[in-house]
Amino acid sequence: MNRLLLNKIILVLSTLSAVIGISFLFWILATLTYKGVSSLHISTFTNDLVEGGIRNLLVGQFTMATIASVIAIPIGMFAGIWLREYSNNSKLASVIRNLSDVMMSAPSIVIGVFVYAIFVAPFGSYNGFAGIIALTIMMIPIIISTTDNMLALVPKELREAGIALGGSKHKIIMQIVVKAAKVGITTGILLSFARIIGETAPLLFTSANNQFFTMDLTGQFPSLTVSIYNLATYPDEASRELAWAASFVLTAIVLIINLTGRYMTRNKK
Amino acid sequence: MGGKLFKNFSFFSATISFFILIGIFSILFTYAQDSIREFGFDFLGSEVWEADEDDEEIGIFGGFIPIIGTLLSTLIAMAIATPLAMGIAIFLTEIAHKTLVKPVSIAIELLAAIPSIIYGMWGLFYLAPIIQSTFGGQGVGLLTAGVVLAIMIIPFMAAITRDSMNTVPDVLKESAYAMGATKFEVIKDVIMPYSKGGIIGSIILALGRALGETMAVAFLIGSVMSIPSNITDPTTSIPVLLANNFSEAMGLEMSSMYYLALVLFVVSLAIISVAKFYFLRQKVK
Repeated sequence: MNRLLLNKIILVLSTLSAVIGISFLFWILATLTYKGVSSLHISTFTNDLVEGGIRNLLVGQFTMATIASVIAIPIGMFAGIWLREYSNNSKLASVIRNLSDVMMSAPSIVIGVFVYAIFVAPFGSYNGFAGIIALTIMMIPIIISTTDNMLALVPKELREAGIALGGSKHKIIMQIVVKAAKVGITTGILLSFARIIGETAPLLFTSANNQFFTMDLTGQFPSLTVSIYNLATYPDEASRELAWAASFVLTAIVLIINLTGRYMTRNKK
Repeated sequence: MGGKLFKNFSFFSATISFFILIGIFSILFTYAQDSIREFGFDFLGSEVWEADEDDEEIGIFGGFIPIIGTLLSTLIAMAIATPLAMGIAIFLTEIAHKTLVKPVSIAIELLAAIPSIIYGMWGLFYLAPIIQSTFGGQGVGLLTAGVVLAIMIIPFMAAITRDSMNTVPDVLKESAYAMGATKFEVIKDVIMPYSKGGIIGSIILALGRALGETMAVAFLIGSVMSIPSNITDPTTSIPVLLANNFSEAMGLEMSSMYYLALVLFVVSLAIISVAKFYFLRQKVK
């Protein structure tokens, strides 16, 4: 009877872990919604940080994440294409694959320190470009691995059909293979965008922050996440409320982009 | 012509991870030189961190406190996260009814998508008071940082463990059940041994992630340069020290910060490499 009891205990404990995990999700989302919504006003979206709103921060954060994506997506996709279509799975390809996996897990604060050394210190001031570079470095390995994995799912008969039609290799890749993997790659891009838009550590001493609205990437650039970090630690109630409002907006953006990505691939697999 | 250019550009893009990694290492190493020359490996065991008020080129800097803070907070996080993540993975692969698997998986993955700064803020205003009233202390400290770190790495660990548990062939499990094994015995004697590599790999990857986590810990560890004598005591960690003091540091102190970043970078890479190459080796499709 003992082993049946042990079995029961383990099954109950496992189920309990899942319940605990999900409760944390709901606990966090509930407090964010409760605190965030009560601190949100129309003026939160129309004012800049200096007037107690987050307009410039949203624009700044999106600007940096978007430009970083514009740089990281082609580089990452081409790298993934090389790994899957040109490398013939050579030794070099597996080295590159491993390096990019390693880079994906490098601590983000270290990337911030690195970018500070090469793009901030020499110019003597924090700047938006440095923030963009830091986010780009974070994003590239994610795009590489997504593209690599998604291209692997494309059946080789499609490539063979392309060759039979007399297509040149790069045309086959662009017009047949990548097209076939389009949905999966797009999902990967959305997920990685959701990841970098919520990053704080790589921005702390690259873009830093700006209270005012600006589009000048050569100076300190407004960041939503860096502002949350600053605001939350101020003692006054107004700053804290703004931090909650900003956190709520940020989490909503991240989760919506994330769910959109997942929804696109819902019928695949 | 176009084909050649396309191929070359692809190859160039593929090598970029290599150059960035080399770049990070050489930059950190170069800027850490002053500190490395001054303190050598003793840096890692010295607990004094004192800048000279007048001369930025002198002062005594040792990384022991942030290093020990990083290790202890990670240890607490791992101790809490590992059993829970295993439980969730077992629940998802062996216990949950088919209709439950999808929503629970999505919920766990959403937990992983929440930015770390949100965890930090939530932990500061909601978890810290609870920890303070239950365990004493000041609210912020090692334990609070460890608990929030655990919540952050659980989904990550659970997802990889679940994936590797899913690779166990049904035939193996069915034969064990046919012999009269209970579910727990199947998990312990069939699933665990079969997916051992993936499970250990996921634990090590989560460890790497916890070591380098900045924002959640920055709110919660207390950010003071002192050795904790109690689990609820405040201290600091490498990422937190960098986040709070890096931009104001000068001279030798700055160089010591680079030294700490280098230590963190090398340790993280070593841990990730062990996990990837040794335990999570994927067959190339």
